[in-house]
Amino acid sequence: MSPPLLGVEEEGKSNVSLVASSTSIDCISQNGCGLKERNYLGLSDCSSVDSSAVPSLSEENKNNLNLKATELRLGLPGSQSPEREADVSLLIRGKLDEKLLFPMLPLKDGICSSSQKHVVSGNKRGFSDTMDGFSEVKGSLYSEKNWLFHSAGTESDSPQSVGQGKFPGSSGINAMLSPRPSGAQSAMIKEVSQRGLQDRSHAANGTNLNQTGTSNNSSSDPAAKAQVVGWPPIKSFRKNTLVTSSKNNDEVDGKPGPGALFVKVSMDGAPYLRKVDLRTYSTYQELSCALEKMFSCFTIGQCGSHGVPQGKEKLSESSLRDLLNGSEYMLTYEDKDGDWMLVGDVPWEMFIDTCKRLKIMKSSDAIGLAPRVVEKSKVKA
Amino acid sequence: MNYFPDEVLEHVFDFVTSHRDRNSLSQVCKSWYRIESSSRQKVFIGNCYAISPERVIERFPGLKSITLKGKPHFADFNLVPNDWGGFVYPWIEAFARNRVGLEELQLKRMVVSDESLELLSRCFPNFKSLVLVSCEGFTTDGLAAIAANCRFLRELDLQENEVEDHRGHWLGCFPDSCTSLTSLNFACLKGDINLGVLERLVARSPNLRSLRLNRAVPLDTLQKILMQSPQLLDLGVGSYVNDPDSEIYSKLVTAIQKCESVRSLSGFLDVAPHCLPAFHSICPNLTSLNLSYAPGIHGSELTKLIHHCRKLQRLWILDCIGDKGLEVVASTCKDLQELRVFPSDPYVGNAAVTEEGLVAISSGCPKLNSILYFCQQMTNAALITVAKNCPNFTRFRLCILDPTKPDAVTMQPLDEGFGAIVHSCRGLRRLSLSGLLTDQVFLYIGMYAEQLEMLSIAFAGDSDKGMQYVLNGCKKLRKLEIMDCPFGNGALLMDVGKYETMRSLWMSSCEVTLGGCKTLAKLMPRLNVEIMNENELADFSADHTPKVNKMYLYRTLVGRRKDAPEYVCTL
Repeated sequence: MSPPLLGVEEEGKSNVSLVASSTSIDCISQNGCGLKERNYLGLSDCSSVDSSAVPSLSEENKNNLNLKATELRLGLPGSQSPEREADVSLLIRGKLDEKLLFPMLPLKDGICSSSQKHVVSGNKRGFSDTMDGFSEVKGSLYSEKNWLFHSAGTESDSPQSVGQGKFPGSSGINAMLSPRPSGAQSAMIKEVSQRGLQDRSHAANGTNLNQTGTSNNSSSDPAAKAQVVGWPPIKSFRKNTLVTSSKNNDEVDGKPGPGALFVKVSMDGAPYLRKVDLRTYSTYQELSCALEKMFSCFTIGQCGSHGVPQGKEKLSESSLRDLLNGSEYMLTYEDKDGDWMLVGDVPWEMFIDTCKRLKIMKSSDAIGLAPRVVEKSKVKA
Repeated sequence: MNYFPDEVLEHVFDFVTSHRDRNSLSQVCKSWYRIESSSRQKVFIGNCYAISPERVIERFPGLKSITLKGKPHFADFNLVPNDWGGFVYPWIEAFARNRVGLEELQLKRMVVSDESLELLSRCFPNFKSLVLVSCEGFTTDGLAAIAANCRFLRELDLQENEVEDHRGHWLGCFPDSCTSLTSLNFACLKGDINLGVLERLVARSPNLRSLRLNRAVPLDTLQKILMQSPQLLDLGVGSYVNDPDSEIYSKLVTAIQKCESVRSLSGFLDVAPHCLPAFHSICPNLTSLNLSYAPGIHGSELTKLIHHCRKLQRLWILDCIGDKGLEVVASTCKDLQELRVFPSDPYVGNAAVTEEGLVAISSGCPKLNSILYFCQQMTNAALITVAKNCPNFTRFRLCILDPTKPDAVTMQPLDEGFGAIVHSCRGLRRLSLSGLLTDQVFLYIGMYAEQLEMLSIAFAGDSDKGMQYVLNGCKKLRKLEIMDCPFGNGALLMDVGKYETMRSLWMSSCEVTLGGCKTLAKLMPRLNVEIMNENELADFSADHTPKVNKMYLYRTLVGRRKDAPEYVCTL
């Protein structure tokens, strides 16, 4: 492994030693992030050393860049290349200093955005050593990190380096910004852990992290941003108030926020149950259509696969609807009191509040009962 | 001019109200200066350290209403340490000593102590209006003094202040004889209040036009208050949680329907969204809607609400509205002039809006002139389209949450996009940049932004040239604030005279050194060049090379201030 990044926050000295070290792929990210440190604590100046380091760095980076360009990457086509162009253009302009202003955002430019992109692409990173050079708070961070790996080991690539890829920025941040309230730190850890989990699952699915699918930088380390003093430029009053607001709203709903509301749906004669999210519908009609689509395959006796060709599916849907309307089947639900009620009597909002599970019941089972109310039935659980 | 007696000129000047116009009047000739100064009642002080209270009183003996601003703008984002300054006490004390007939006081980003509020309440018998914006340093005890002692108080407006809440029933300190309230805004207070007291206060305030409640006021109190005050113009809802089937809710619906004058709605600090339809009846009258503190309103409930707001001119919203929601706004709110989209989760930093929402708004709302937009990403093409659609921008603030993000499609810097904005919007007065930017954007700004008065820059530019373009080109520049840019002494010292034409310059985490700042301070004695270095209290006069962490300079007529803390050094 390459020599550790000694106290990256220290001045140009460490930059120079980096340059002198190997040009292995492992070093790329290190070099990238170690190129220029901004001194936010007002410590001693590094300008003279930097200027000497820059030309050799750019050369070094060009070499590294070429190597980087030839690395095998597992990401989506195009998910890495724009960065490379950015890298090259930035380097060719020779304005390294300006571009790498902010080490706390290792993702400021293509070079250092490695941590995020590498998660997506599953690229191996030899960043482990850089962790040693970082903060005094690394202890707590590392324990968080280990927890993260064990609980979400979906990545086949060395999860260690991937996970570490998530942290360099954050631990570096903790080192550099000494007046850090602990609350923010724990929030950041939580954020980063969440991001790590999300990214992992996204990477496993091969999807781009960005929802709009057009950018690579969208999901750059949020922990890094959270730690930058003065950015994003939101009034602290607003930040504090919103945190309180979202907590209160969760309590208000009594459920985990405005999340999903899944209830089980069973159907007489079907071999297995389904679950639907009631919040994705706003009327009974929508729910009814969705259930029809879901259970159509059971009524007609066709295979349960969803790949049923269009024509056949239409047939089965309308048949099911006819069946439902023609009182072959009735849609019922179990409410908070445990009673089985006919769906459709109460306003939708009230229905959502009280519905615990749904059941598509054969009308024949309901014969003999009160016309609008179906009694408790001892159906399979 | 000499033919008119003074009284006639005074009468004419009465019609000139904006402080800028009055400043111009006073520069015409000596007699106009004299007449204008003696008759001016309303004074605006943009930087409380640019002048002393004594000199203000001396020049404007008829002073009745004053606006004071204290800390630099970046103090909002925790860039200015505590105790930096901006104390209002000396001003109030000077006014009291000189028997100024103060009636209105408006403060922004100042430190207000309970003693100052106490003094204020006792020394000015005609005091009518107190507006505190983004201030700190006081508690509800200070508010109690105001309530108790200001017999003719009309307006108590607290906006986004950090107030220590002692829950001391300050609201109950309004005497029974106080019936003159027209505006009461305590939305920023975090503590409980006595609801019965509030109801009675509202009941005896027939002139109440603006009422903004805090989180502690529940829905049933709101209903009772609205029954009492259907004449309200501006309503801030506190807590909005209830069961839509309850009797209280139906009473609320009735009460709201009576409030036909409400034009401005805000709050919803705690909200059960399915109770929102109660407000649909007044939405068609609304011109201003602020839901930026209501993360509980989103999705279909939010769009349903907006669908009813056809006359909206100002909208402050959270980004959970999404691009789709912004399209609804664009198709519904054709009169929209001001839009602010805030991030709903400032810590994680994943905004839910992109350039598409902005483009939709710009094409649907041609009257748009002011925008603050926090977003995930931006493109040059989008900005160019926006510039074409809305040439009337006076305020354009774009914040891409990832500070150096390039064009999301082409990966180019966003120079061309912002260039199009300044080129097209000739009346632009305020601009905030973000994203990946080179010196080129500053070249454009210098060339085209002729009316620009305030510019905020972060993580942008390549060299001193960037800042030089701006200082050279923007003749009307008053406030320049820069963080984390590669601008150094070359830019700082290029045109030192420029800073006397400006109110202030802020530079933090740039390339400026102590030596450069010292040189500047020496050349320009009428500037206060303040250096902030919280981690070094030592003397650094011998050393020229260290880079300056934070520098704030401003023009002043009264020299270095005496209330600066240890870590601030005025060179």
